[in-house]
Amino acid sequence: MRLMDKNTILKVKNLNVELDGEKIIENLSFGVKEGDVLTILGPNGAGKTVLLRTLLGVLPYKGEIEWAKKIKIGYVPQRLPFIKDIPMSIEEFFKLKEASRKEIKEILNSVGFKENPALFQKRGIGKLSSGQFQRILVAWALIRNPDVLLFDEPTSGIDIGGEETIYTLLAKLKEKRNLTILLVTHDLSVVFKFSNFVICLNKCPICQGVPKEVLTPEILYKLYGEEVKFYEHHRH
Amino acid sequence: MNHFLLSLITGIFIGGAAGYLGTLMLSKRMALVAGPLGHLTLPGIALALLYGFDVSLGAFPFVILGIILIWLFEMRTKLPMEALTAIVFASGVAIAFLFLPIEQAEIALVGDISKVSFWDTLSVSFLCLLLFLIIKKIYSKMTLINISEELAKSEGVEVKKYNLLYLGAIAIIVALGVKVVGGLLTAALVAIPAATSRNLSKNLFQFSLFGLLFGAISSLLGIVLYKSFGLPAGPLVISVSTLFFLISMILKKD
Repeated sequence: MRLMDKNTILKVKNLNVELDGEKIIENLSFGVKEGDVLTILGPNGAGKTVLLRTLLGVLPYKGEIEWAKKIKIGYVPQRLPFIKDIPMSIEEFFKLKEASRKEIKEILNSVGFKENPALFQKRGIGKLSSGQFQRILVAWALIRNPDVLLFDEPTSGIDIGGEETIYTLLAKLKEKRNLTILLVTHDLSVVFKFSNFVICLNKCPICQGVPKEVLTPEILYKLYGEEVKFYEHHRH
Repeated sequence: MNHFLLSLITGIFIGGAAGYLGTLMLSKRMALVAGPLGHLTLPGIALALLYGFDVSLGAFPFVILGIILIWLFEMRTKLPMEALTAIVFASGVAIAFLFLPIEQAEIALVGDISKVSFWDTLSVSFLCLLLFLIIKKIYSKMTLINISEELAKSEGVEVKKYNLLYLGAIAIIVALGVKVVGGLLTAALVAIPAATSRNLSKNLFQFSLFGLLFGAISSLLGIVLYKSFGLPAGPLVISVSTLFFLISMILKKD
């Protein structure tokens, strides 16, 4: 394998992931450069989340995954179904990551929580709306200033407050914090508006490149089959 | 020192530690696991009673066996934890009564705290303090693991190490718990104070603190009632704990 370029953050070569005897990802290779917004696009069950988890290092794999040295990764999971079973304040959730009060206050402010921080941090995590909770998860991932954010399927429909969507928030954070973002989605509009590189995945890699160049109707048909009509319909 | 005071101290320490650990077990949706573990200790308790050594010592190897069983069960099958409970429950009781004379059944099943010696109390108190410190040390990482193993792993938490410490703590608390409530009721010792606490607490700090307090106070009141009425202490401890739980359901605000 050739040496990594100076501004390459991640290189993946011939990645194969098998879970319970089933092949989930086959022969995937790609690279990520500093400042990229890479989307991983594909239908349900295509192995997108598995790819993200493998990159995080929590699943076994064959092939090569090489992160740039000393890179810090923040992970935003899709959902945390069990968190509501545990009585916990927002502050305590951040303390699980050993964040200081000052850090928590700053980070909550930067993801758009303008409420009185002392009061807000005492709020129960189970009492947040799903939009607020998603912002909390983003904030949580941003503690300790990661270089890369891995984001599993942000729910685009969610109103996270005001005019903002999760994507405008991410775009803002990316500029401010010089983030590289890897994002799983099945929403085409997100890919076009937000990312500069796309990997289409349906177990085998179908295509990769600049969204406007590679996402042709033929490729989309190959990726989604009949479902593509639905996605086209939502493309404005 | 008189026996009543010794049993009171022993009970409070075990009850408090069990209630504290119970909150962690409830967050992991594993509160009932202490049940089959307790039942599995019955043959060990039977042996201890027959040969006249400490019931916790008799119980301990069987709890370890149980922990290995749980571990294998989680690794090798996709069956839900309830299935394990069902499998182990009857077999522990059955094996114990193959050789334990029925007259001694009561102690094995519901415990007998009145028999503790000074050295018992001292070693139990020491062990419980040690347990408390271990649980406190792993509490926040375990909570993260309970929320999501992946999130914990992405934060570099050594999930296996923490799970092992956690299971070790459960083993010790079950082995100690049989002193107070016998092999049949150990699940109640960890599960009820934690459930009561969850009804009343707004955050993690209150949750763990109330779990500890409800555990300790239930043991205290149960043993005091035993002294006053002469009914068995173990069932009284659990009854007091249940009463607190019922009150917490009425007080619960949401």
